[in-house]
Amino acid sequence: MRKEKKRSFLLGASILIVLFCFVLSSFFYMPYDPNQMDNANKFAGVSFAHWMGCDNFGRDIYSRILQGTRTTFLVAFFTIIIGGGIGTAVGAITGYFGGWIDEILMRLNDAVAAFPNFLLALVVISLIGPGTFNVIMALGIVFIPGFARIARGEFLRCRNMDYVKSAKLMGAGPFRIIIFHIFPNTIPVLLSAVTIGFNNAVIAEAGMSFLGIGVQPPDASLGRMLSEAQAYLFSTPSYAFFPGMVVVLLVLGFSLLGNGLERKA
Amino acid sequence: MDKPILEVKDLRVSYKRGKEVLNHVSFQVKEGQTVGLVGESGCGKSTLAKAILGMAPIQEGEVVHYSSMPQMVFQDPYSSLNPAKKIGWILEEPLKIQKKLNKEERREKMEQMIERVGLGTAFLERYPNMLSGGQRQRVAIALALMLDSKLIIADEAVSALDVTVQAQILDLFLKIQREMGVSFFFISHDLRVVYHLCHYVLVMKEGKIIEAGNVEQVYFTPREEYTKTLLKAAGIED
Repeated sequence: MRKEKKRSFLLGASILIVLFCFVLSSFFYMPYDPNQMDNANKFAGVSFAHWMGCDNFGRDIYSRILQGTRTTFLVAFFTIIIGGGIGTAVGAITGYFGGWIDEILMRLNDAVAAFPNFLLALVVISLIGPGTFNVIMALGIVFIPGFARIARGEFLRCRNMDYVKSAKLMGAGPFRIIIFHIFPNTIPVLLSAVTIGFNNAVIAEAGMSFLGIGVQPPDASLGRMLSEAQAYLFSTPSYAFFPGMVVVLLVLGFSLLGNGLERKA
Repeated sequence: MDKPILEVKDLRVSYKRGKEVLNHVSFQVKEGQTVGLVGESGCGKSTLAKAILGMAPIQEGEVVHYSSMPQMVFQDPYSSLNPAKKIGWILEEPLKIQKKLNKEERREKMEQMIERVGLGTAFLERYPNMLSGGQRQRVAIALALMLDSKLIIADEAVSALDVTVQAQILDLFLKIQREMGVSFFFISHDLRVVYHLCHYVLVMKEGKIIEAGNVEQVYFTPREEYTKTLLKAAGIED
């Protein structure tokens, strides 16, 4: 069992490292401008010049995938920063203090969590409008409750530990205890929540862009590309295939990594 | 030697539903003295420890401390040290909280203390899960001493250890008392341990102290039937 975890961690990590290098390489070398249209190369197939082919506007798919993966990474990363950051803070406060603070914050949390994730993101987007930044905001809000619940459980588990009592006897204040004494003990669990969250963020961003309410054209994102490719699925399968593969690899990588990081079982 | 360091006066503690956990408990701990508290499980020993440290609801009576910051050594050395931190960090933390010393002085004090409890300075760089139960309990004792507290409450501090390690830790308690003049309030269900360590002993039954006196007196000429039963159960007779 343990060996399996290690293998899944290593496999997930290597997939992600390859993808990450792929994104990093785009900062030094991008074969074409991802938004450059070229009528002569509309629907060009796989070739040496365009080694993943071209799309309906003759834009180089490889360059657009680089650009799109960058956007997707960006959205997922900041979504986790916002959702994970606020969620963990809420969970820490409710879990550690308990009482009426816990009641109020967790009921609010339940109210947010009661909506299906995607629907809630749609509501937020319809309020603040589409766009990359707004997608980050919307997904960040959607991700708060999950993190809050996980963090709360961990803080609840730790707050009655003897080392916390001992810190109190030494005169440590609540915030010192939360940040320095309890938080480090919740990191393993939160880390696996982060990998799962990253995964969901990638899927959600792709989904929202696919529906046309996420990243706006002409900007590239993986979901955006899939959405544009669907009309040409049979005539130019390479258009949908490559961005689709990148989404699959990203999600697979994070799932494997998350599995490997999970402490229990 | 005769100055009190802790005075508990007519203490009554009860949790919800009106059940009285401690019933008019009074006693004193003097400077440099070890007072033992014995009694069976559930008689209120741990509640008394909590009440002394202000962690239990006191209905009546009072707890008077004549020293600052009494510390506690817990029963389970596996949960009393933060598993995510190195021993050095754990020992330094109380000094940082109290902001008393600068970095070099803190370091010096940590090294001095870890050696005093019989571990080398190399232990400062280790994590608690790399230590055995006995070593952890030594660290817990060092931690309790970091703020120069004059009163240390030990709640079943050696109960989770095996017998040989128990003896070593008891010797450590005695050595620390000799060197630093600390008072201990030592809670245990093990009458042999209490005999080995304590000067004065309190016998508790159902939240009341039913017998109190010097160790020799209580162990050799017990007045109460209950004390005799406890002694008998521990295999100590006459």
